[in-house]
Amino acid sequence: MTGNALDADTADSSGPHGIESHDYDVIVMGAGGAGLRAAIAAHDAGARVAVVCKSLLGKAHTVMAEGGIAASLGNLWPQDNWQVHFRDTMRGGKMLNNWRMAQLHAQEAPERVLELEEWGALFDRTDEGLISQRDFGGHRYARLAHVGDRTGLEMIRTLQQRAVHLGIDVFMECTVTELFKDGDRIAGAFAYWRETGRFLVLNAPAVVLATGGIGKSYQITSNSWEYTGDGHALALRAGATLINMEFVQFHPTGMVWPPSVRGLLVTESVRGDGGILRNSDGKRFMFDYVPEYFKAETADTEQEADGWYEDKVNNRRPPELLPRDEVARAINSEIKAGRGSPHGGVFLDIASRRSPEFIKRRLPSMYHQFKELADVDITAEPMEIGPTCHYVMGGVEVDADTGASLVEGLYAAGEVAGGMHGSNRLGGNSLSDLLVFGRRAGLNAAYYAERTKVRAPRVSDETISAAAERALAPFSATGGENPYTVQKDLQDVMQRLVGIIRTADELTESLGDLERLKARAKNLSVEGNRQYNPGWHLSIDLANMLTVSECIAKAALERRESRGGHTRDDFPGPDPYWGQLNIVLSLTDDDTIESKRQPLPVMPEELQALFEEN
Amino acid sequence: MAYDLKMRVWRGDASGGALGDYVVPVETGEVVLDAIHRLQATQAGDLAVRWNCKAGKCGSCSAEINGRPRLMCMTRLSDFAEDETVTVTPMRTFPVIRDLVTDVSYNYEKAKQVPAVSLQPPDADGKRRMMQSDVARGQEFRKCIECFLCQNVCHVIRDHEDNKKAYAGPRFFLRYAELDMHPLDTEDRRKVTQDVAGLGMCNITKCCTEVCPEGIKITDNAIIPMKERVVDRKYDPVVWLGEKIFRRGDRASRTEV
Repeated sequence: MTGNALDADTADSSGPHGIESHDYDVIVMGAGGAGLRAAIAAHDAGARVAVVCKSLLGKAHTVMAEGGIAASLGNLWPQDNWQVHFRDTMRGGKMLNNWRMAQLHAQEAPERVLELEEWGALFDRTDEGLISQRDFGGHRYARLAHVGDRTGLEMIRTLQQRAVHLGIDVFMECTVTELFKDGDRIAGAFAYWRETGRFLVLNAPAVVLATGGIGKSYQITSNSWEYTGDGHALALRAGATLINMEFVQFHPTGMVWPPSVRGLLVTESVRGDGGILRNSDGKRFMFDYVPEYFKAETADTEQEADGWYEDKVNNRRPPELLPRDEVARAINSEIKAGRGSPHGGVFLDIASRRSPEFIKRRLPSMYHQFKELADVDITAEPMEIGPTCHYVMGGVEVDADTGASLVEGLYAAGEVAGGMHGSNRLGGNSLSDLLVFGRRAGLNAAYYAERTKVRAPRVSDETISAAAERALAPFSATGGENPYTVQKDLQDVMQRLVGIIRTADELTESLGDLERLKARAKNLSVEGNRQYNPGWHLSIDLANMLTVSECIAKAALERRESRGGHTRDDFPGPDPYWGQLNIVLSLTDDDTIESKRQPLPVMPEELQALFEEN
Repeated sequence: MAYDLKMRVWRGDASGGALGDYVVPVETGEVVLDAIHRLQATQAGDLAVRWNCKAGKCGSCSAEINGRPRLMCMTRLSDFAEDETVTVTPMRTFPVIRDLVTDVSYNYEKAKQVPAVSLQPPDADGKRRMMQSDVARGQEFRKCIECFLCQNVCHVIRDHEDNKKAYAGPRFFLRYAELDMHPLDTEDRRKVTQDVAGLGMCNITKCCTEVCPEGIKITDNAIIPMKERVVDRKYDPVVWLGEKIFRRGDRASRTEV
């Protein structure tokens, strides 16, 4: 089913295989923030563009984003500007970020937010009527443009409505299984309609990957079923490289009880709006976990921390608002030390700090979520929370300015792209990332398609038949395994052995387990037919989940230090040697994942100076 | 506490189907979607169901549970007695694709008919100023997660397939109202709301409001005010004349589309 009815005439089913085929300049995979923004940009640049997405339009994972969009609009704190945002972002990522991406992001985010407003977004306002901005971890000033705690919904709806208005074709509930190449160049994609199980071929010289992340490889995650690392795996198979895959963000605050909602996100806005963390002794423990790196900018008394919300000039930031990696590790330590809450988390308390009216106005979804799903009234009692797999910093290695991967015609933006966030992403920097780099990738994919028009790539019939055969394999296998069981076992391996705290032994063990899971995944059987069959869909997604899981485990074993979203018990501190290096992963001809070390791009002096001031 | 839940789940496709009986082990605190997932993972691998966030934020898992339109992810099993059979069927207003999945393309077609927002130019500093109290009305409507439960229960289309052509339904009345109440928008969509979206066919039975999982007061805050605005446009000659001659009021800055 499609969002904008595809003219029956544009679909050509007369190919040698009778497979439906479409011609475009740019195919965008994914309809979250990055995908929709890329499609809008490609459309504006004059390209014929189509969006292909696994779910219905408007349901992508962006819809779950809660806190806000980080952009130095300076509406509440005129001292804020792109340099401060850039600095916060780099420090949050422990300087492993691609500096150029972090710079473009900080410079362009405000414009992208105002553009959403132009397209109909209704952000919360300041007293002067400007877009309101909220405090978040790692950001020096209140910087997140927001709508209560449902900012992602506002963003996706705005982009969706814009894309519909522009008449962009959307292939909904349509999953890409392979990318096609003509020689070294991208030539299109092979996909199936979930509704019917029928195949389709999308011919296009340029493909923008905007497929999001990988969280479904973990047991406890805030991510939806779609997050199976499709873009990561497709890029790798097409010959592109991945960087920073060892860095997985465990959001400090996921729900822990009841089991049904374990992992479900509790927005950082709770802390941004005044919430604090306590252990079972009632102690506000984050003061014990301020690392040297952030000591100078973090409050060391409760009084100073509490004063910061109103007066950011004379007070330093509360330790609850350290970057996510720091807070997640601290919570993990408290739980391990036996100071956890009854259901294996710690307490997040805003009830004793803010009025019920304030909480309901600023955090309506959280109020609703806890009331409906856990019988907890967050205006009257603390929440129980614990870390949940939330985001992957790693992704396709891209050119900062254009989003181009190493493969000609292949672009990536948003969570599937690597580099922007270094070893740890600051809250709020994801939504802005989607907008800034979605737009850049869309524009540049369109320009590339235009340049390459005179020599359009072609896909052979044999290639198409082979793709169809591979996709159908699970139907012909008999006596194979249930894909749901293999997925469950994969999640168990990743959660136990490649989680928040890692060791060489466990990572090595995980790689052995992953090999065995890969073998099992080669022999899956599914019941039923091709029509809307989730078992079949999972059997295809599983290959991608296994590929990205192996990438994470391999890179994690390689990086012998602790930094950001990668903590090694056997190498507890950061190491300046590793601080200069990205781990780059590629796929060899015999399907082995290979890693190499690559120096980070060097930051120009004028930007380096920003880090010397303080 | 774990127990065995008796479930009846509609299985079938456009050509027909029937309720299948299942027994699914479930635990305290779980929701209907958990039971459906367990059923899928262990007994019916090809059971078709839509879902994404499992947190009431994306509006994908709409279905009828014991005849009541609900989100499966927000319907707790503790709402039912342990010996009660939970029956899950697809939304009735939309054609079935397979099992619990329906063809909701009607809604995406209606979305295309809404004339997009068209704002006044920004202030000199490139920013726009709107008061919180003014955006709050539109914000309520923009909480909509497009679960289409309001569309599903709207009797104008639930039992009258023919009406779908001329009627956009409550979800989109929210959208027209949101744009009409936008402090900086420049278009007057009252005529299209009546003529294209079929606002007049709604006879405010409030079924939509009752099922909205976001608690949006669709009828009171969007539909009724829109109906009043449409009536103002049509029948009040003094207002009409005043606006024409003096270009006064909110309408003066809007152009009819």
